[in-house]
Amino acid sequence: MQIKSPDFKKNARIALQDVGLQKALGNLKAGFPVKRSIAVDRMPEFEDLRDEARDLKNHILGNLDIYLEQFESKVIENGGHVHWCRTAEDAQKKILEICQEVDAKTVTKGKSMVSEEINLNEYLEANGVQPIETDLGEYILQLREDHPSHIIAPAIHLNLEDVSEAFHKHHKRPKSDDPAVLMQEAREMLRKKFVAADVGITGANFCVAETGSTIIVTNEGNGDLTQTLPKTHIVVTSIEKVVPTLEDMTLFLRLLARSATGQEFTVYNTLSTGPRREGDQDGPENFHVVLVDNGRSEMVGTEFQDMLRCIRCSACMNHCPVYGSVGGHAYGWVYPGPMGSVLTPQMIGIEKGGNLPNASTFCGKCESVCPVRIPLPKLMRHWRENEFEKHLTPSAARYGLAGWAFFAKRPTMYRMLSKTSNWFLRTMAGKKGKISKLPLAGGWTDFRDMPAPSGKTFMQQWKEGQR
Amino acid sequence: MPNAEHHPRVGLFVTCLADMFRPSVAFATVRLLEQAGCIVEVPEAQTCCGQPAYNSGDKKTTQEIARQTIAAFEGFDYVVGPSGSCIGMLHYYVDLFEAGDSWKQRAEDLKARAFEITSFLIDVVGFDKISASFEGSVTYHDSCSGLRQLGVKQQPRTLLGKVENLELKEMEEAETCCGFGGTFCVKYPDISNRMVSNKTEYISNSGARTLVGGDLGCLLNMAGKLKREGKEVEARHVVEILAGMCDEPAIGEADYDLAKQL
Amino acid sequence: MSKAEILGNIRRGLGRSEPTDGERQRVLSRLQAKADNLIPKRAQLPHAEQVELFKSMALEAAAEIIELDQIEQVPAACARWLTENQLNELVSASDEALNQLDWSPLGEIQRVQRVAQAGDMASLTTSFAGIAETGTLMLHSRSESPTTLNFLPDIHMVVLQRSTIVGPYEDAWKKLRAVHGEKMPRTVNMITGPSRSADIEQRLQMGAHGPRTLVILLIND
Repeated sequence: MQIKSPDFKKNARIALQDVGLQKALGNLKAGFPVKRSIAVDRMPEFEDLRDEARDLKNHILGNLDIYLEQFESKVIENGGHVHWCRTAEDAQKKILEICQEVDAKTVTKGKSMVSEEINLNEYLEANGVQPIETDLGEYILQLREDHPSHIIAPAIHLNLEDVSEAFHKHHKRPKSDDPAVLMQEAREMLRKKFVAADVGITGANFCVAETGSTIIVTNEGNGDLTQTLPKTHIVVTSIEKVVPTLEDMTLFLRLLARSATGQEFTVYNTLSTGPRREGDQDGPENFHVVLVDNGRSEMVGTEFQDMLRCIRCSACMNHCPVYGSVGGHAYGWVYPGPMGSVLTPQMIGIEKGGNLPNASTFCGKCESVCPVRIPLPKLMRHWRENEFEKHLTPSAARYGLAGWAFFAKRPTMYRMLSKTSNWFLRTMAGKKGKISKLPLAGGWTDFRDMPAPSGKTFMQQWKEGQR
Repeated sequence: MPNAEHHPRVGLFVTCLADMFRPSVAFATVRLLEQAGCIVEVPEAQTCCGQPAYNSGDKKTTQEIARQTIAAFEGFDYVVGPSGSCIGMLHYYVDLFEAGDSWKQRAEDLKARAFEITSFLIDVVGFDKISASFEGSVTYHDSCSGLRQLGVKQQPRTLLGKVENLELKEMEEAETCCGFGGTFCVKYPDISNRMVSNKTEYISNSGARTLVGGDLGCLLNMAGKLKREGKEVEARHVVEILAGMCDEPAIGEADYDLAKQL
Repeated sequence: MSKAEILGNIRRGLGRSEPTDGERQRVLSRLQAKADNLIPKRAQLPHAEQVELFKSMALEAAAEIIELDQIEQVPAACARWLTENQLNELVSASDEALNQLDWSPLGEIQRVQRVAQAGDMASLTTSFAGIAETGTLMLHSRSESPTTLNFLPDIHMVVLQRSTIVGPYEDAWKKLRAVHGEKMPRTVNMITGPSRSADIEQRLQMGAHGPRTLVILLIND
């Protein structure tokens, strides 16, 4: 996937004028946040679960090497394989290699953001292996040669007409604008693909060190068909997903669905442990886990370590007023919203991803709904500090800040600056009480009036004894 | 030496925006504090809380401003200001210094004494003897830092409930950010505009005549948008209403008498 | 190569070198302890109430429930349901508990024991446990019960014994360990209602890729 994060401002402007997108984003606002709130109200222990989940994740990250090695040894014990991949390229190559070993022509795929992160589809296709997305949203996007704009509702930026159009074009069937009919069409089309695929690739929500199991959480059942029918099952996941025990996994499962879709529990929570056993009539003969690092191990022990607690529920973006205004594509890479604004600069570099942690009002809504209590605004601020230290902050902002700081550190001069600005703004406003156009403040006055000061500064009046 | 229990000595954190745009907000804060039995002083050595530097990633400048502010308010029983955002920034000072740095302890000490005005009145001194009257309906916007960092939610509503003739009409999504965000609104004007447009819609849908809030930044943003859209909703800081100091035109309104003369 | 680099990075970040056996064992003792984390009160109920909770949560998740007094009534219940839905084949798991039943009530309807195939309309399996907390069924793979039966057919009928209903998920894990020891079955499926998707305009549609209908045959044993 091409990186478009440097163009965030332009992307956002286009997104704000995109009538279809704005309509589609309306569906988000009325959906997930309302459902989450109901689910949370039904679970009185929810806040305590969040505390426990945060603490457990911290414990895991503090012993990540030990749990990962333990997980690996259990997978091997159960007859599976584990492949450690430092970079996206390592992971692409390893997956292709496994596909080529079994002479794979087609690969079915369950929904996996890590596979987006490593740009897997494009790579496989370029090397003669046809990937087929099976999650309904991802399938729609693949037909449209599009990318997810949300980590659990990938096609949230589309409207019914878009889906209807894409299906009509690719399925060569009469056009329908009934979502039920469209879903039925996808079901029929994909059924054959599930059965014919040589390899099934899924992600994993968690990897259990105790048992060597991986788990996927889906509502459609596509992931299960993807991993059960082909001869080879490849799990593409990342190193921070390991949890100690089934009980520990359960703690996160209680939070995941409620935080994500507001469901009490996702329809299918499926654990996979190694390849098929003797006597089994179905299930994969080969079981591979591809453990992707891609910059994560470098976050351990840094101010960004908290980000590794993320369980990819999407609550942060579902509640984010910036995401809600511009949608996921404006962020210009795989992970959008507040979690993406922290993660993306780590993966593509702050030089390219710098806009993302800046495009936040720090309203704190994301942190207030995060099931593992990641201090997302604080982490975005750390990126701003990082940018500032590297002199990546735009020079106009830098000089403006330096000028302001000169005064702010000198109370008497600051008083004079306030007094002068106050007088200037009052003069500009005249008797109107507001200013409609202000030089150098177009960002403000293009869209709103600037209320004028109502009199001399407080400090002036206070000194003059005007109480 | 005044008795901290009965006549606490309070340092007023004026805030830049109250100082420059709306002195009545600072005066109203003083009046409320005095009604609550406090002795109010305004330290000369204060400037800005440092938030513009902090949120721009300039940690060094933030630390310098923090030290200045900590020193300016040392010795007061409490530090109170008419803004959840600026007082919230004072609380963040703790994060600026390493453990072992004596400034960290001083920052902790400031944090324990610094309060947003409505929270101070209700949570600290238990004052709710509001003697003000306000004709008409208001809707309250919960500014983000006050709400989520400092837990300011019920306090202003409790106090507004004591104002004679005032009717509170809650808007939809009162807790959603208005899109101000300090420098955000000029760095990302298009997005900020969308957010404040959503907000003004909720405000006018509430049917209230007056928008009330606890942070001038947000109020300037929303009032500016309401004006630009020609909406007939006025905007005021909550302390102006609570202190009965609404003689001044609302935020961004022309001085009526002068306007009539024109 | 990658493995050493990844672990090296993590250890550098954590400020320590490769853990000693002792350190490792101390951490991994958590795996032996298998301690519960917070279990919501909702899941901690007397058994009769767990059953009621299971039923209401499963219904909320859009499962159908048919209550039967004994497992011997399963063939007749299947026959009724399949006849009403004009189906003439039932792909079934081959557990002893199912095979020993008298299937003559099926009449014309065929009961076949095999893996599921594309085009199959209805399947029948047993279940390992019911989890009251969210109305969730727990099934696991074994030679008698291929996993495809749980996903490929349009209708999945599942026999659930009332006595196997537990409160929280944790009790189901304990039960699973008690039966299977340390080695997990190849696949463990937790199923809560039928398949669904809201990927088109966030409008919920039932029956995405898995079964459109989940019928729980609840045996009041």
